[in-house]
Order: sequence, then C-alpha cells, then structure tokens
Amino acid sequence: MDFDPSDDQRLLVESVSRLLADNYSFAQRKTYLARPAGYSAEMWSKFAELGLLGLPFAEEYGGFGGGAQEVMLVMQAFGRVLVLEPFLATVVLGGTAIRTAGSAAQQQTLLPAVAEGRLKLAFAHGERQARYDLTDVVTTAKRNGGGGWVLDGSKTVVSHGEAAERLIVSARTSGDRYDEDGITLFLVDAAAQGVARRGYATRDETRAADVSLSNAPGEVLGEIGQGLAIIEKIVEAGIAATAAETVGAMEAMNEMTLEYSKTRVQFGQPIGSYQVVQHRLADMFMAQEQGRSMAMLATMSVDNADDAERRHDFALAKVGVGQSGRYVSQSAVQMHGGIGMTEEYAVGHYFRRCMVIERLFGDPAYYLQRLANEIA
Amino acid sequence: MDLHFTTEEIAFRQEVRAFIRDNLPADIHAKMKLGNGPGKEDTVRWQRILNANGWAGLSWPKEWGGPGWTAIQKMIFLEENQMAPAPELSSFNITMIGPVLLQFGTEAQKQRFLPRAANLDDWWCQGFSEPGAGSDLASLKTAAKQDGDHYVVNGQKIWTSTAHHADWCFLLARTNPNARKRQEGISFLLVDMKTPGITVRPIISIDGSHHLNEVFFDDVRVPLNMRVHEENKGWDVAKFLLGNERTGIARLGKSRERVNASIDLAHKVNMNGQPLIADAAFRQRVAQLQVEMKALEITQYRVVSAHDKAGGGRPDPLSSVLKVKGTELLQATTELAVDVAGPMATPVWAEELAAMNESDELLEAGSASTGSYLFLRAASIYGGTNEIQKNILTKAVLGL
Repeated sequence: MDFDPSDDQRLLVESVSRLLADNYSFAQRKTYLARPAGYSAEMWSKFAELGLLGLPFAEEYGGFGGGAQEVMLVMQAFGRVLVLEPFLATVVLGGTAIRTAGSAAQQQTLLPAVAEGRLKLAFAHGERQARYDLTDVVTTAKRNGGGGWVLDGSKTVVSHGEAAERLIVSARTSGDRYDEDGITLFLVDAAAQGVARRGYATRDETRAADVSLSNAPGEVLGEIGQGLAIIEKIVEAGIAATAAETVGAMEAMNEMTLEYSKTRVQFGQPIGSYQVVQHRLADMFMAQEQGRSMAMLATMSVDNADDAERRHDFALAKVGVGQSGRYVSQSAVQMHGGIGMTEEYAVGHYFRRCMVIERLFGDPAYYLQRLANEIA
Repeated sequence: MDLHFTTEEIAFRQEVRAFIRDNLPADIHAKMKLGNGPGKEDTVRWQRILNANGWAGLSWPKEWGGPGWTAIQKMIFLEENQMAPAPELSSFNITMIGPVLLQFGTEAQKQRFLPRAANLDDWWCQGFSEPGAGSDLASLKTAAKQDGDHYVVNGQKIWTSTAHHADWCFLLARTNPNARKRQEGISFLLVDMKTPGITVRPIISIDGSHHLNEVFFDDVRVPLNMRVHEENKGWDVAKFLLGNERTGIARLGKSRERVNASIDLAHKVNMNGQPLIADAAFRQRVAQLQVEMKALEITQYRVVSAHDKAGGGRPDPLSSVLKVKGTELLQATTELAVDVAGPMATPVWAEELAAMNESDELLEAGSASTGSYLFLRAASIYGGTNEIQKNILTKAVLGL
C-alpha cells in the first residue's frame, strides 16, 4: 500500500491547481454561471489543452492514458472550486460508457472528439419512476426495419443533457421493468428528429434536462440486452469521481470555516478561541479525513474484477462519503452563522453541490439498505 | 499511489492467521470468543508463544528480538490477533517501555529489561496519572528527591492498570519543583514494584473487574541508574511514549471481532418471532458500523504508511483521528453486542449462576458482552481523552 501520488500525478495536480487558481475564483465562477450554457466554453477549451478531457482515455485515442487515480485527483481539485463544466457527464460517465462498451470504430470516432473538446456527452439513464433502481427502465427500443433502432420513452434529471451533442441512453430491447437482462445502451444524436430536451437548473447551479424520445434513432453501444453491466460500470466511475469531488468540497468548506473562525469576533474574541467551536472544527476535519479514505476506497475499487467485493466496497464508500459530506456541509453553514445562509457567500454553494452529489447514483440510505441485505 | 495490499502483504496475513489458528491455546480462544477478557496467565502464555516465534517485539529492531515488520505488516498482525480473538500483547511492555528504552535507555537498561519485557518475564505498568493530574498530566505532584545514589519517591498514582500484576512500573516524578515551566522539572523512572514503601490498592471498575489501582509511594528508594534519559527531561520521554505507536490505538480488529460475534449471536436470539438477524433495523445498524470500520481501516493504513515513509519521528496528528474514531467504534460495537444479548445482558455470570446453569452460552456471552461494554467506557477516557484528542487536532492541524 502506498498513498502518495507519483511524480507524474503530482505534476498533474499542480497544473490543474494552477489553472484553477488563475481562472476559478468564486467571483470568476459567477461570470461563468451567467453565460447562456451555465459554464465557460473558454474553460472547457483550457481543460482540453491541458489534456484533461482525454484523461482516462488510451493514448491511441488522443487520451492522457490515466486511470481512476488521475480522475480522483482532478475531481478533488474541481470540487475545491465547484467546477461547472460538464467534465463528469462527458469524460467520466460518457467516457466510461464508450471505453467499456464501444466498438473500435465508435471509440475511434468519439474518444478523440471528446479529448479535443469537440464533443460533449450525457448519460441519460434515470427515469421518473425509477428513483435509484438501475434496472427500472421502461424506455423501449425496437428495430426500425432498416437495420437501425428507434427509441421511445423519457429520461429525467440528465446532468448536462442540454449541452451534450450525443446522449447515451438506456432502453429495453426485451424483458420487463426490473429485469436485469434486456437493457441496451444507445448512442443518440441529441439533434435528431424525435429527441426533445427540456433544460432546467439543479440546486447546485449546474444544468440538467428531461429528455423525451419519440421514434428517435439510436446506435447500439455494446451488446444488445447486456447493458446493465455497462451501466454499473458507468455508475461506479461516477461514484468514485463524485466521492473525490466531495472530498475537495469538504476541504474547501473546512478551510473557509477555519478562516472565518479566526476572523469573526464575538464577545471580544475570535470565535475560534472557543472550545465548542474548536471541537466542531475537529469533528469536521475528522469527517473530511474519513471521507477521503472512503473516496480512496471507491477509486481503488473501479478496476476490481471481483463483482461481489466491488459492489460491497462501492456501497461502503457511497455511504461514508455521503455522510461525511452532509456533516461537513451542515456544520460549515452552522459555524458561519447568518453569513453562511447567504447566496452571496460561497459556503452555501458547496453545501448544495454536496447535497446534489449525495443523490447522484443512489443516496446513503439506498446503499446502506444494500449493505444491510448482504449481512448473513 | 497503490491502494491495494501487495501480494506479500496478503501472504503475510495468511501466515499470521494460520499461525494463530494453529498455536492459540483452545481454552483461551473459547473464553475470549464469548467476549471475556484474557486473564494475566492467558496473556503471559500467548505472548511467550508469540515471542518464541519472534513476533512479540512488534516494532522493535531485529537485534532486540523484533520481527522486522513494516508498519503495514504490524497493523495486519494486530488486526488478525484481535480478530482471532487472542490476548493482545502487553502494551506497557511492547509499545510503551520497549520503544522508550530503545530510544532513550542506556545499554545496561536495554540489556536488563528488553528481553524480559518481550517474554513478559517482567509485567510492566504505567505510573502517569495522579488524582490531580489527569488530562493535565504536567501538573503531577509525585516527587523524587535525590539522596546519595538514590531518588526517594513520595506521592500517589491512580488508574494504574494491572499494577497488582506488575513487577515493574515506569513513572513520572517531579525532580525539580522550581523549574520555570512545569514540564521541565519531571523525570522518567523505572521502579521495582517489590521496593519497600509501595502500596497497591484495587479500584473496582463499573464492570466489576479489578483492573485499575491506586499506587502509593512512601519513601521509595530508586537507584539513580533507573532513571531513563536526563534528569528533568522526562516530559520528552512521556511525549515520545504517548506519541509512539498511536496507530495501534484504534484496535480495529477488536471492533470487527465484536461485530462478528454479534452477528453470530443474532442468529440465535429472536425478535418478534424471527431471528434477530432478519430484523431490518439490526441489519442497518451493522451496515452502518461496517461503513465506519472500513473508513477507519483505510485511514489507519494511511497513517502507518506515512509513518513508515517518514521513518518514524513525530507522531502524525491524524493518529488523534484514529484514537477518537477507533474508540467510538469500540464503544459502539460493544454496545451492539449488549443490545443483541437483550435480557441476557443483565445477569452477572458468576459462580452462583454457573452452578445453576449447565454451560449456557447465551447467558455467558451476554454477561461477558456487558462486561466489555462497561469496561470500554474507559476507551474514550484513557490514553488522552477524546476531548483532549480534539484539542490536539485543533492545535496541530487547524493551528488554533
């Protein structure tokens, strides 16, 4: 076991941190939010220049050749400043789908385009009735007679669904709701006839969309009927990445709260001189470190070939990071007092991002239930 | 970064597990599996078996009989030994006085004490706390005045674990009452418990056991060559001792063992007409503990791995996280065992009950669970209370 980043990984973190230090102050971020897309196209280009958009792709596809550890390090840096750009949706979720299930031709066409910043992806899997159940898919796909496929149904809260040029959509090609077999993934051109998107803001200030598909053309991604295993891979990559993002957000909130406790004076002293405040800060630090350990667990589990152990460890990590993030968020607002309640101040924005992340790919209660079911 | 155990580490775990399985005396194992603590003789017997295999020295260098393990291997050993469950190594001998003598002791002190400490030929106890010096240890009053080639020690120690078993005591005494700072007038002494003037009085703890003691020193003569490190520099030794080996303090294996025992027992007791193991609330509670044990496990490996790389040295403030989270878990897992036992957690398994019941496993396990639940309320108090650990974090990490 060795928890220190390699020299290359250190360099990666340094260059990402430098880019964000120059371009991602809370005030700069506000200007990105005001853009029509809700994020900065210039930043997206800068990520591409730095090689981040091809981070987990093989070099033959214009990628950086990184793995789950590199994604963890970058997502942690992103979490510290609340990056708005669709990196998770495009590179982590979309990228995992294509890397895991794409044919050689699909990878050759799509991955370099993603790496160069020319193509954005979104993962359109969740449906209104499904909550967190991955097998609850009622969107259907059938052959159109000409050798192709068409999809019917609707997907909800598709992260960055408006920005994406291609959607990765799950649909039933056989079987019934909840069946593990019979789900297939499709690449759907977002501009195609029969695809309608309705965008809206989510609480973390990013954008999501509801997608309705009506006789919409789709191209099969992976094996027909065997989409669930790919969906799991996508979700696991997402859990690992957002766990790291949560760690970054916790670091930022803890630093902010510590700083505030040194400067905010009440009863003639900085509030950080009061032990009741100090102990809360110590608790927040402990939660951050336990959360960091769990984010590491998620990262090391991404490539674990033992299905049962991998699922178990992801469940542990999702619960642990979610609970840590919730504790630190709530405490950070509390320690700030009134100012922590304001839109103007940063801490509440971190709170909301952590709250949204907690609900991506299943919440702690959902995974705790899964763990509980395993006990024998 | 490599977040996985190496194949050597996995093989090492197998080796340790097999050795314990093949060598732990059956009577000790049976007794501990029910949740009982080991007696003095059990601890001595097991530590000697480990020592004969070269394993008792844990972190000591090979020349002094240590196994030469990496910090990760050490953690694996501790975890397996606790999970077995087997008696733990005497922490006073192995993780306190041993490393202190290795760091500060004279050659004569090392020769005389280390081999006997490893083999538990000498049982050591720790004379730090006093009635007026708990968390504020530097306010201690026990005095050592020089008289020829001896110190004369007068004062009182309290909460002295296993002093009634002990052959030797390492203690802190004030050698300079006029020092500018309280910490600067303290020396670290080694005291033979058979020296005239020492009185040990039992303190019975809330679990009904005799583990703690008061120790009184009346004109106890201690040879000058039984001082460790320079005179008035005992605080440095104490800080080293308290900072050393904090990584083992989480006792994660013990928590895991308690959870496993609770799961076993939950198959045998009922809740609303079905085995407790089928109860959703029980299962959720176990799941939550699994989450916390996993987080602690990884944090623990992060701390020891960093410690290994730095070649020891200053204690990592993260070890305060291990102390707080580890002891919270110990308390939560022993609490779980008590709740599983239900009404069977209330009787005291003593001779009168044993005489009435032909070996009742549930009753004995219930009683033993309550014993460790009660005893481990001390876990968040000893070794620096959890509140003190948060003070340490506040200063060391947060800089407040």
